[in-house]
Amino acid sequence: MTENGALLRVENLVKYFPIMRGAIVRRQVGAVHAVDGVSFDIYPGETVGLVGESGCGKSTTGRTILQLYRATSGGVFFENKNLIEMKGEELRKMRRKMQMIFQDPYASLNPRMTVGDIISEPLLVHGLANRKQAEERVQELLRLVGLNPAYANRYPHEFSGGQRQRVGVARALSLQPSLIVCDEPISALDVSIQAQVVNLLEDLQKQFNLTYLFIAHDLSMVRHISTRVAVMYLGVIVEFANRDDLYENPLHPYTQALLSAVPIPDPLAEEKRQRRVLQGEIPSPVNPPSGCRFRTRCPLAAEICAQVRPDFRQVTPGHFVACHMVA
Amino acid sequence: MADILKVEGLETQFRTREGVVHAVNGVSFHLKEGETLGVVGESGCGKSVTMMSMLRLIPSPPGEVVAGKALYQGKDLLKMSDEEIRHIRGSQISVVFQDPMTSFNPVLTIGRQVAEPLETHMGMNRAQANERVVDLMNMVGIPNPKDRLNDYPHQYSGGMRQRMMIAMALTCSPQILIADEPTTALDVTIQAQIVELVKRLRDELGMAIIWITHDLGIIAGLADRVAVMYGGLIIEEAPVKELYTNPEHPYTIGLLGSLPRLDANQRQRLTSIEGLPPVLFEKPTSCPFAPRCKYRVEKSLCENPPLMQVGPEHRVACWVDTKTGRLRS
Repeated sequence: MTENGALLRVENLVKYFPIMRGAIVRRQVGAVHAVDGVSFDIYPGETVGLVGESGCGKSTTGRTILQLYRATSGGVFFENKNLIEMKGEELRKMRRKMQMIFQDPYASLNPRMTVGDIISEPLLVHGLANRKQAEERVQELLRLVGLNPAYANRYPHEFSGGQRQRVGVARALSLQPSLIVCDEPISALDVSIQAQVVNLLEDLQKQFNLTYLFIAHDLSMVRHISTRVAVMYLGVIVEFANRDDLYENPLHPYTQALLSAVPIPDPLAEEKRQRRVLQGEIPSPVNPPSGCRFRTRCPLAAEICAQVRPDFRQVTPGHFVACHMVA
Repeated sequence: MADILKVEGLETQFRTREGVVHAVNGVSFHLKEGETLGVVGESGCGKSVTMMSMLRLIPSPPGEVVAGKALYQGKDLLKMSDEEIRHIRGSQISVVFQDPMTSFNPVLTIGRQVAEPLETHMGMNRAQANERVVDLMNMVGIPNPKDRLNDYPHQYSGGMRQRMMIAMALTCSPQILIADEPTTALDVTIQAQIVELVKRLRDELGMAIIWITHDLGIIAGLADRVAVMYGGLIIEEAPVKELYTNPEHPYTIGLLGSLPRLDANQRQRLTSIEGLPPVLFEKPTSCPFAPRCKYRVEKSLCENPPLMQVGPEHRVACWVDTKTGRLRS
């Protein structure tokens, strides 16, 4: 635990991807500012939702936390240890406690491995079980995620999308992690199957006191599953608050626009809604706007927004926002 | 208002290596002038195949429309000559496809592609066509249309490309616009822009729209009437408010229950539908939803329910009255 009791603390995390030019002499001509100063914390047993549109850096944030990308600068403190300073064996040991569920259940399972091998691989790699123990654990895990244990010898192509995602969940659980980063785990699935997987994730969380970082673009689903929600735009978190606080009382103009753009499955509610349609599109992260990232599309933008980057400050207890225009 | 389109008993099959897939199994619906019909269903339920069959866009082989009629202004689209249907596609009925990234030809400029139907169907010359394209680009909200005319598709963003798809579909002022999941590949704020655009154009141009989607949210604010599909069949059909406030079919009820709501304060467990959608290697002789249905009765397993009238304009294909639990007669 970190000093304030958080399981994970992210401090001013920055990840730039270099853009290289030149065939013989490679030189850097620019950088994609994928994540540009992100700070938040996650407490044990909670689910933090990370939402934003494509290209806003939410997946990069997740991957940089797990050290799948090495950060450009900043700190990732997991159980009070800075992962960014770790490498080799030390980092590998920490990885047991942090796992990931990927978006695409068709691409994230090796088609040439049986489901049993896929689920037991982490156990064998980390030397936590011998073959026989691993086999038993696979049976147990398959039952846990609602699949028939007899399926261990089957290959991924024999399963549907929802079943494959259950295999992905079983693999993530095999090492008994405390933190799971769920990177859009349901967006490739059909509506009726999405609910199955979300219910499974919620049940497992209760059973094993898991902590989730839930990355998604579906704001309704994020409201359903999260305890707290962070909204990202172009590499920065613009608002971070308790779930109901954020949805009932959004302060940042981007959050407000984003929420008003989400359709509600109820014709009567839709009729009454005042829709605020955001003009324009997300600028390129190679050359993001100066000052506030959102100012080019913001209805409230003033002169100061172009000059000074707004601080990420606490407005009411637990409600953080980065905007000059919020009192 | 008069029906502009009437589809009856449409059936489409695909021959695959594993066997014959019965994708559409007797779909009937109608579309009134100026009306917006939402067609909702999960992947593989036959919603796109129905529309493509109607327009004879199913590649054959492997696909084949084996039965049914599709009457557009009284004429059967399925029996027309190739020449006649080509005239209708693109000028009277046009389609906006799901993926704006792959539905343009990457080696032709946007301007050329949008002008093409004007030259083929309306007999315009290139200068006239280009002028009309610029008008259309203004109408769908593309900034600096004159400059962007000679850009290639990769120079457009996803949202802009989808606007251009819509512009292309509207070039010849069609009577019917078929939108096949046009916003699925887009972000929510861009999706909202496109939905607003289509609503505005519908009111200005008075065309009828068939909007195919898996998203019950979008349809709620857009459609006049909704048809829900499952297993290659329409299983429920109702005016939009009726469907959301008073769903009758167990699948529709389940689908609405499995959606989390943005405006929900309380955290409720989602009601998931257990099991998987069917793979249609046989034409369903029983209710295709029966294996996943908690209202299932013996009759569901031996006889496929037809669409039965349960209210004005509300029809449902289920043997069980889900409100009372009794069998429907």
